[in-house]
Amino acid sequence: MENKKEPGMTLIVKTITRLTVGLILLYGIYIVLHGHLTPGGGFAGGVIIALSFVHLMLAFGRETALKKLSQTKASILESLGALMFLSVALLGFLGGFFFFNFFAQKGTPFDLFSAGIIPLCNIAICLKVGAGLFAIFVALILFKNLKKKE
Amino acid sequence: MSIYILCLVLFCIGLYCVLRKRNIIKIIIGLGIVEYAVNLFFVLIGYQRYGRAPILAKEQKILNMVDPLPQALVLTAIVIGLAVTVFMVAIAIRLYEKYGTFDITKIKRLKG
Amino acid sequence: MMILPLFVVIPLGGAFLLSLIGKLDKRINDALANIATFSLLVLSVFAIRYPLAGKVLVYKVGGWKPPIGICMVLDGLTSFMLVTTNLVSCLVAIYSISYMERYTDKYRFYTLFLLMLAGMNGVIVTGDLFNLFVFLEIASVASYALVAFGTEAEELEASFKYTIMSSVASSFILLGIALLYSFSSTLNMADMAWVLAQRNSSLLLYFVAVLFIMGFGLKAAIVPFHAWLPDAHPSAPASISAMLSGVVIKVLGVYTLIRIFFNLFPINKTSLSVLMFLGTVSILAGVILALSQWDFKRLLAYHSISQIGYIILGIGLGTPLGITGALFHLFNHSVFKSLLFLNSGAVVYALGTRNLQEMGGLKERMPLTANTSLVASMSISGIPPFNGFWSKLWIILACMQSGRILYAFWAVIGSILTLASFMKVQKYAFWGKLKKQWESVKEVPWPMQLAMLVLAVICILSGFLVAPFFSAFIDSAVKVILSGQGYAHTVFKMLR
Repeated sequence: MENKKEPGMTLIVKTITRLTVGLILLYGIYIVLHGHLTPGGGFAGGVIIALSFVHLMLAFGRETALKKLSQTKASILESLGALMFLSVALLGFLGGFFFFNFFAQKGTPFDLFSAGIIPLCNIAICLKVGAGLFAIFVALILFKNLKKKE
Repeated sequence: MSIYILCLVLFCIGLYCVLRKRNIIKIIIGLGIVEYAVNLFFVLIGYQRYGRAPILAKEQKILNMVDPLPQALVLTAIVIGLAVTVFMVAIAIRLYEKYGTFDITKIKRLKG
Repeated sequence: MMILPLFVVIPLGGAFLLSLIGKLDKRINDALANIATFSLLVLSVFAIRYPLAGKVLVYKVGGWKPPIGICMVLDGLTSFMLVTTNLVSCLVAIYSISYMERYTDKYRFYTLFLLMLAGMNGVIVTGDLFNLFVFLEIASVASYALVAFGTEAEELEASFKYTIMSSVASSFILLGIALLYSFSSTLNMADMAWVLAQRNSSLLLYFVAVLFIMGFGLKAAIVPFHAWLPDAHPSAPASISAMLSGVVIKVLGVYTLIRIFFNLFPINKTSLSVLMFLGTVSILAGVILALSQWDFKRLLAYHSISQIGYIILGIGLGTPLGITGALFHLFNHSVFKSLLFLNSGAVVYALGTRNLQEMGGLKERMPLTANTSLVASMSISGIPPFNGFWSKLWIILACMQSGRILYAFWAVIGSILTLASFMKVQKYAFWGKLKKQWESVKEVPWPMQLAMLVLAVICILSGFLVAPFFSAFIDSAVKVILSGQGYAHTVFKMLR
């Protein structure tokens, strides 16, 4: 309430956010990349990545977060994720079937580089979900501001 | 058996909330309850007593696992539920802009 | 073999590409969307030859063998529904080129439109019960957003109502799928039919049947579950109203009902007679509610309820003649109802009002719209040379044949009331004296005219679909429905 000029929450929240937000992002990326080995995967990791940006926005205000990832960029990333997923599926035609796991044989099981196209699909889903969820959050916030102006 | 009936009771509570409440936000919450009751039911179908999480790790035998298929399906259903809920919240905000109220009985310009 | 996944891939790819590059130029939007829908139409017409040759295509997604993996099936019914859906969507896409100029964010419209199309094609093509649910939800969520596309107060209200009711219906469907999975421990439709045929029918199956009638019946707007339709369909932009009334309720509601109650469950006289009763109630309730409407699009929406009633009645009869009539009426209705909605869109485009009392004498100013709407009105009310007459005749004859004279009587009454209602539309909107304020009204641009003209021509020509030479198209679909759980045998035979 005191610092009306500076957007966002108090100094304590900001400091804690500065410390944790990177960790949250890293944890999200970890979950995405290990999606084929441990619980989690593209959707859960994408949500965590989106949450790190939402966290940033809550603590520092709208502008800081939008400078890192603007709404147009988010929607472009979202479409790219969807297209990537579709093209991975289409590449399966190389093996003869739609969605065919065409290099499943490479790599040893339970390694990071294994499971063929599943990690690729996870990354695509993560892009789609992360960017999409962030865009949804921004859109809902913009609604609120629109109403205040009136 | 009683656990499945409790799921159906939860389903009916959600349905009651959708049908009887007048506030739009409460209706959306009711819909959430309906969806989660169904999801819970679906997961419970695949559950067995003393079952383990269906994750294959290194040097582990496939023993006593719960059915993984309902869990995957429920995850999909949850994502769909997320999309519908977000859409409805956005619509609710817009409706509030247009009508100035969350009361569903006052939002009735369409008739006949 | 390769064509089956393309029915889902092309619209999905088109949708995501449009959301990526559609902002750059308006012409890219139109071109991309029209190329996608047109190629889908070509593919679906190309796919007719497989069922005609008696072949059933089964595609294993990812190379996984069903019942473990998901499969896609192309049989007679699938190919019939694909042609219907993609024909209407192609013409609607042409129509939207100039109609959607009035709205902002055209690329968003095309994205949602193609997503809806992908969902519908997926519902038709898939052979897996849960996959069907996912595609159903894709199509539904896209249609919720499209109903609210204008973001006016009424449109938002209609969309909210539609979303609530349709989501509850989806929950019922998911509950039914969960129960079926617990009963048969499989989700593949062919495998499930196999399992259900071997077990004795139990009380659980009746419960699931009730859940599915509620869920899919709400998506198809059969009468006790129809309340959302007269709000949602008129509120959307006219091209989307044409899609919603023309194909969406049929694919999401009627097709799924047919697939589940004939090919999945053992054919059950009780549930069929419930469908028959609900269909007849829909015919009468829809048309009686339509009689007192003055809003052009709302009147058409009420007629959709009534015409869906005819289709459900024909399916509920369960005889070969009844099912032929029902499928024939399904095709015809999707053609003439989308034509009527496109007409109403043209009138709104030119005049800016939907109220029939404010129109009058538009025949002089908009000859093509007036004439095509005359064709469509005669089709829907069953005047002899047009297609609606033949399909209604088939359904009524099927009622007589199976000894349901009362149902036949109500169907005839419904048809007469439809005629009365459309006489009103023609009289107030297109005939009579031209009002002064409409003297400067012009005919709509050429893409809209082209779409309406093609649909009108199809209205006249598709009366021949039951003629001896062309009937193989419908017959192959009817054969699939009547084979009942033989569906499982054909699918498994193809897999071996």
